[in-house]
Amino acid sequence: MTGQAMRAWLPENISSYGSEVDALLALVFWLTTPWFLLMQGMILWSVLYCRRRGGRRARYLRGDSGKQLAWVLVPAAIILGLDVAIDVRSAALWARIKRSLPANATEVQVIARQFSWQFRYPGPDGRFQTDDDLALDGELHVPAGAPVVFALESQDVIHSFFVPNVRVKQDAIPGRTIRGWFDAAKPGRYEIACAELCGISHYTMRAFLVVHAPEDYRAWVAAQWPAAAGDDGA
Amino acid sequence: MRPDHKTIGRQYLLLGAGMAVVGGLLAYLVRWQLAWPGTPVPGFRWVPEPTLYEGIVPEPAYNAFVTMHGTIMMFFVAMPILVGGFGNFLVPLMIGAREMAFPRLGRLSVGTFAVAALLLLASFVVENGAASAGWTAYAPLSADATYTAGVARGLDLWIVALTLELVAFVLGSINLVTTVLNARAPGMTWWRLPLFVWMQLAAAVLFLASVGPLVAAALMLLADRTLGSGFFLPERGGEPLLWQHLFWFFGHPEVYVIMLPGFGIVMEILPVFARKPFFGYRAVVWATIAAGALSLVVWAHHMFVSGIDPRLAGPFSVTTILVSVPFAIMVGCMLLTLLGGTIELATPMLFALGTLATFLVGGVTGVYLGAAALDIYLHDTYFVVAHFHFTLFPAVVLGGLAGLYYWFPKMFGRMLDERLGKIHFWLTFLSFNAVFLPLFLIGLGGHMRRIYDASQYTLLAPFVDATAVVSHGFVTRAAILLLAAQTILVVNVLWTLVARARAADNPWRANTLEWATTSPPPRGNFLTMPTVYRDPYEYSPPDAATDWLPQSVPDPRGRA
Repeated sequence: MTGQAMRAWLPENISSYGSEVDALLALVFWLTTPWFLLMQGMILWSVLYCRRRGGRRARYLRGDSGKQLAWVLVPAAIILGLDVAIDVRSAALWARIKRSLPANATEVQVIARQFSWQFRYPGPDGRFQTDDDLALDGELHVPAGAPVVFALESQDVIHSFFVPNVRVKQDAIPGRTIRGWFDAAKPGRYEIACAELCGISHYTMRAFLVVHAPEDYRAWVAAQWPAAAGDDGA
Repeated sequence: MRPDHKTIGRQYLLLGAGMAVVGGLLAYLVRWQLAWPGTPVPGFRWVPEPTLYEGIVPEPAYNAFVTMHGTIMMFFVAMPILVGGFGNFLVPLMIGAREMAFPRLGRLSVGTFAVAALLLLASFVVENGAASAGWTAYAPLSADATYTAGVARGLDLWIVALTLELVAFVLGSINLVTTVLNARAPGMTWWRLPLFVWMQLAAAVLFLASVGPLVAAALMLLADRTLGSGFFLPERGGEPLLWQHLFWFFGHPEVYVIMLPGFGIVMEILPVFARKPFFGYRAVVWATIAAGALSLVVWAHHMFVSGIDPRLAGPFSVTTILVSVPFAIMVGCMLLTLLGGTIELATPMLFALGTLATFLVGGVTGVYLGAAALDIYLHDTYFVVAHFHFTLFPAVVLGGLAGLYYWFPKMFGRMLDERLGKIHFWLTFLSFNAVFLPLFLIGLGGHMRRIYDASQYTLLAPFVDATAVVSHGFVTRAAILLLAAQTILVVNVLWTLVARARAADNPWRANTLEWATTSPPPRGNFLTMPTVYRDPYEYSPPDAATDWLPQSVPDPRGRA
């Protein structure tokens, strides 16, 4: 199995950071697989060629001198170096996904509860908890190619907001608001799942991410707030 | 009558094996539902409603079975077999002691464990069934019965049973540490201890160092459920994430408490069947201590996407991936113990090599999950399920079976049949891989864990009842084969105990002290107490006539 074949199992990626997640997956694959094969190869080699036959005596190797132990410690040092490489790449990507929020994003509240998702939009005034808020059950509409900032809440137990095609996952904790972001480049309808066991109907806690092309999204917004559309033509 | 550590060890083994049957059948029920959702499970029509309906698994039962499978396998199979069973039976023998330091404490430990196991099993038959909040019991789902559709006494019993189980192993660990510190035979210096003893000691210390927070957390959770406190409930001023911190502060070291004794078994077997000294004995001991210490500071890698401060991901990702270094040293030393040996593929060696080969898969895939940025996608998918089964199954099942085949003559005085043993190994090894290798790919496909019916999701539907290799249908068939293959072991054990010839005292020509007495050893273990003259793995020394020099035999070459 090559790194490419491994990536073939992933669902189609539609987000900008998702391609970096997939690339990191491939990097870890390429850095770890040679070691994996080397070690399996040593087992196989030993079983095939170091068997008890004839009067051959096993080699008396205690591995207690520095010279002998180097066979283990040098590879371990190399592994340490590869670990650092993976850590550095992972930390940079993590920071991009989880440690900052983009400016000028579409804002939406995501409310999780047993066993459904609600998505709330602030409406034309741009503020939540006002009369023009829009609450949608089970469908999250976003514009393609633009960042979306979500404020994730739970009304009962822990849930997890998971959009496989976007490579985003974030637990929702009751009593807290957790903010995160994603973007989606390709218009379409994608599944949103709950990824944390949340009760007996956990498996039905599904919603949809509806990604609109920019002009379609403007039309969708206009259809949701016709008064606002009439007032200022937005 | 005065307790005997060997009896206590055998009792622990038997209890663990009994619970393994329950845990295995729960896996069967879960796997059947995943592959063929909503169809009756063959052999289970007798289970009354509302647990099952004519053999069909309903949602509440599914969550309960998933929860109880994990709980049973971790706490009621792995611990009693590897720590309680092999630990109690072997450690006094291997260090040349007559008994554990506190024999009655050992009996109290196994008794407490038996009560805990009974309470856990009883929770299946209380109103609304057994615990269903996952084996990790994340609050608030676990903290209020309304969240789990009325599971009340079932989850209370789960907490009590878990707490008692922890108490049982606190007693056992104190006993083991004291024994190794104080009861070693003359000449049994620290650097002459068999690696199995080192691993048991490291596991016991690690367990004692980490268990406190979980006992506290369990009692706090019970208080939330029964006394109206709110430690984990935000509406009462509590903090749900507190549970996860306390649980995983224990939960991650607990994985090592299980893995190290499994490794210890493999480390005893490799030199005996390769006829070579263990390569890098001291390096392995230091690596074990380093891995144990690191395991106390990796717990938040279970919580990367849980809502902890994102700045925490960096340090915990670093410590997690750093664990690969001591494990690389341990595995590297085991591999170099093999190279240049004269390997005999007897059944214990097959299981030991199988442990090593499969653990490598678990180790390597841990790097993917340790990288926090990748964990965002992989967390809570079948990739995680496949990963931890590839770490725990090798240690507990393959390692445990390696130990059983290896020490069976010492424990029960008879040799298990080799031919049946080899068939048992190959069926177990191959079907295990057939179960869990496809699950990595299913996980990469985005499949969440603990999903009752994956056909709900368009994305997951291809994984359900396809005839493809990467499908729940294939995985479940392989899992049924894996479970069925264990009947070979049952037949072998029963037949051996009833009809097979008595074993020699030292059938494998091994050096460690447990082989320097009769099979099984008498009460008090040794007819003449042994003195230790050398390291435990002196195989094929260049100037000796034989290819082994037991620890307790004075140097035949006339040197001390």
